Amino acid sequence: MLIGRVIGDVVATQKVPSHEGRKILVVQPLHRDGADRGDPILALDAVGAGVGERVLLTTDGFSAMTAVGRPNSPIDSAVIGIIDSVDLHGE
Amino acid sequence: MLLGRIIGNVVCTMKDSALVGQKLLIVQPLDRKGRDKGRPVIALDAVGAGTGETIYWCRGKEASFPFLPADLPTEATIVGIVNSVNIPAN
Repeated sequence: MLIGRVIGDVVATQKVPSHEGRKILVVQPLHRDGADRGDPILALDAVGAGVGERVLLTTDGFSAMTAVGRPNSPIDSAVIGIIDSVDLHGE
Repeated sequence: MLLGRIIGNVVCTMKDSALVGQKLLIVQPLDRKGRDKGRPVIALDAVGAGTGETIYWCRGKEASFPFLPADLPTEATIVGIVNSVNIPAN
């Protein structure tokens, strides 16, 4: 899993039926110091996250489709948690 | 999933029999501002997308799931046509 920040969302009317009813979030993965890490990815929302929130992101297909509750759906990443806090020991 | 734009297509007469009848599209990945980012990839199409459209696409084994029960050899599939990307200014 990765830590990311929700920076936006995507609207798509025409899509595979198994994505209907789920928000498509634009998530920017973050370094541990909070800086942007690489480019944003699109993830389906499994927890009701919103723009600006720091979230737990899975980029494994099986985990993603299980969390979203859509088995055998083409989902390769999902937001599976909203982060309250991160404690880095020794820093 | 990632954002992309369709910039062309590929025609293969000789191909895996499971791919017969499938469109092979060339997808240019995009960054958050809609600019080209990285190298284009070839993807199957599950939603009837066409050249010039902004789409989102799925990578990995999951890319074959829209075609179940058929088991298609694909690692990238277009799974939605994008109406709008909403990223509020920071």
